[in-house]
Amino acid sequence: MYRYDAVDKTLVRERVSQFRDQTRRFLAGELTDDEFRHLRLRNGLYLQRHAPMLRVAIPYGLLSSTQLRALGSIARRYDRGYGHFTTRQNIQYNWPKLEQVPDILAELAEVEMHAIQTSGNCIRNTTSDHLAGVTPDELEDPRPWCELIRQWSTFHPEFTYLPRKFKIAVTGAAQDRAASQVHDVGVHIVRGPGGELGFEILAGGGLGRTPIIGQVVREFLPREHLLSYLEAILRVYNLEGRRDNIHKARIKILVKSLGIEEFRRRVEAEWENTRAGGLRVNDADIARLRGFFNPPAYRKLPDTEPAAGKSTAFRAWYRYNTTAHKVPGYRAVYISLKKPDVAPGDITDTQMELVADLADRFSFGEVRVTHTQNLLFADVEQDKTFELWQTLEKAGLATPNIGTLTDMICCPGLDFCSLANAGSIDVAKLINDRFDDYDYLYDLGELEIKMSGCMNACGHHHVGHIGILGVDKSGEEWYQITIGGAAGADASLGEVIGPSVRKIEVPETIERLLEVYVERRQPDERFLDVVRRLGVKPFKERVYAAPAAA
Amino acid sequence: MPRRLLRDGRIVDDDWLYLAEAEGNAAAPLILTLAEWQADRDKWLAQDRRLGVVLSPAHKVELLAPDIARFALVGADFSGPSEGRGYSQARELREQWQFAGELRATGYVRRDQLFFMARCGFNSFELPDTDIEAAHAALATFSWAYQPSNDAGLGACLTNGRRHEGAPH
Repeated sequence: MYRYDAVDKTLVRERVSQFRDQTRRFLAGELTDDEFRHLRLRNGLYLQRHAPMLRVAIPYGLLSSTQLRALGSIARRYDRGYGHFTTRQNIQYNWPKLEQVPDILAELAEVEMHAIQTSGNCIRNTTSDHLAGVTPDELEDPRPWCELIRQWSTFHPEFTYLPRKFKIAVTGAAQDRAASQVHDVGVHIVRGPGGELGFEILAGGGLGRTPIIGQVVREFLPREHLLSYLEAILRVYNLEGRRDNIHKARIKILVKSLGIEEFRRRVEAEWENTRAGGLRVNDADIARLRGFFNPPAYRKLPDTEPAAGKSTAFRAWYRYNTTAHKVPGYRAVYISLKKPDVAPGDITDTQMELVADLADRFSFGEVRVTHTQNLLFADVEQDKTFELWQTLEKAGLATPNIGTLTDMICCPGLDFCSLANAGSIDVAKLINDRFDDYDYLYDLGELEIKMSGCMNACGHHHVGHIGILGVDKSGEEWYQITIGGAAGADASLGEVIGPSVRKIEVPETIERLLEVYVERRQPDERFLDVVRRLGVKPFKERVYAAPAAA
Repeated sequence: MPRRLLRDGRIVDDDWLYLAEAEGNAAAPLILTLAEWQADRDKWLAQDRRLGVVLSPAHKVELLAPDIARFALVGADFSGPSEGRGYSQARELREQWQFAGELRATGYVRRDQLFFMARCGFNSFELPDTDIEAAHAALATFSWAYQPSNDAGLGACLTNGRRHEGAPH
């Protein structure tokens, strides 16, 4: 993985000093709330319902065991013993003290981490495929490009005060595991007309109040122009994006109002200027970055069948929580953070330390965060999966549900977030209580439930096969249900099935949707496929046929 | 008391006057709003004095194009702590229009934004007078930068050069 050199270290430490001074000035009354808000947000610090929330960047979801140990230690000493992984591969602490945040940042800097640009109207953490470098369906490892974008976007002088936040995702595989089509910019590694590798560039995707799938701005961009092209897109957006209405300020609204042709024309015109500057990616820079992501020292091993003859519990875990690796004898292993009685994405300090130790023993000392709020060991020897499972199982980290109904994406909701209209963690709990029969879950197959506590859509509900959105109805928590959304290469937005339902009715509503699926499915059809084939109507009829017997 | 500002890395007294300050003074360098400039363009052009013009955030830099050689100063106004268009206006002025005169940040300008402004090509800053010494120090907040930009306003502050220079075009 990427390691800091003297320049990175210096910059991160200088940022800590700067933020320490800004915090001091705020506490001394030298900065107003509003002035400090703009500064703290660019350091990932929100002032929330109960306490500040600090969001720490995990660039493209990659962590060393040393870093994960430090995150665990910070959770124990500065927070209440846990952290929460987000859909953008970051981690959030929900209970730090404002005056201690500079100390937390200083500790993070010691392990080459920071909270720079994890919130605020600037370029956010670049996200990517959690299977980068190990998946068989990949054209090229996207991580060197992610690191290049990370560096270019960090303290970008021109784009630190954008109209609104700006999120970039990069993928290099046929399957889209980074939800790139619902990002402000999606970068796809593709082959050009002559067979050479370059990029397809999408812009204007996003969720929130106005969900939109990104559109292609450029079908093929030669690789040396990646940064100058991003700079052209950002400049058009910075100058022309709306600043008068926070709900219309994302780039998706600009792209929509101009139309993709006119947006493209403006970007290409601006690119004539930006490409003439010093931004051409030179071969030495990218080669240097690529050197940080060389494959680890794999052993020469045959493929085996670790599940053969083992217990049902291990076989289920192996089937759902491990996935194919391009190197024979290896598997990628998910560590489920979706235990029924725990908030999705939450992990304790001791679990973090245990996972760090296991990463050292089983996966070359590296851990990845997935955008579905789980962790991943990318490089586990197949014959060691049983031993790994035994330890994970004891620690509550082996819930065999990856890709199934209970592998829900969920925002922190009303319990922690000052923006939320409704709870999401307690709804996840109700769903978990209702759907506790693994035979039934496995029979339902691939099913993505995504839940947000408000329109900001941090839980990506629009692109859930089943989406759940918390709404406020005269002070009561209600939930609007959508079906048919998807975040992968075949991205689509879900359709609302009808009037929202009460919290207690959510599990029954899901049950009815699934009844229709089970009755109408053809062999190998997923829930999503059946919704796409039949439309919303039969599902809607079933859900609203009679009052939910909740 | 004359207005102090930070220019080219030094704290100096401002030698420019805004129109409202210039009554009875036909020789001092004069800063106009774009509207003032456009309303009486011929009159201003005929005057034998240095001229400057300040853009609002929504103004396109191209509006100055026909007359850019006549301006010794261009300002970009920041309406508040979230305003960010001035950064792009500055880079366009420096890089596309090769504006080599004084590029001044006006309005909401504080030490916390100064490093970014300077890296976009601003070389003079109208700051609250109480903030001006601290702002001077803030120009040296970071000793490196990851991306090429336009460091006209930083002078020697960015001591360590920068990364990702890129290959010659």
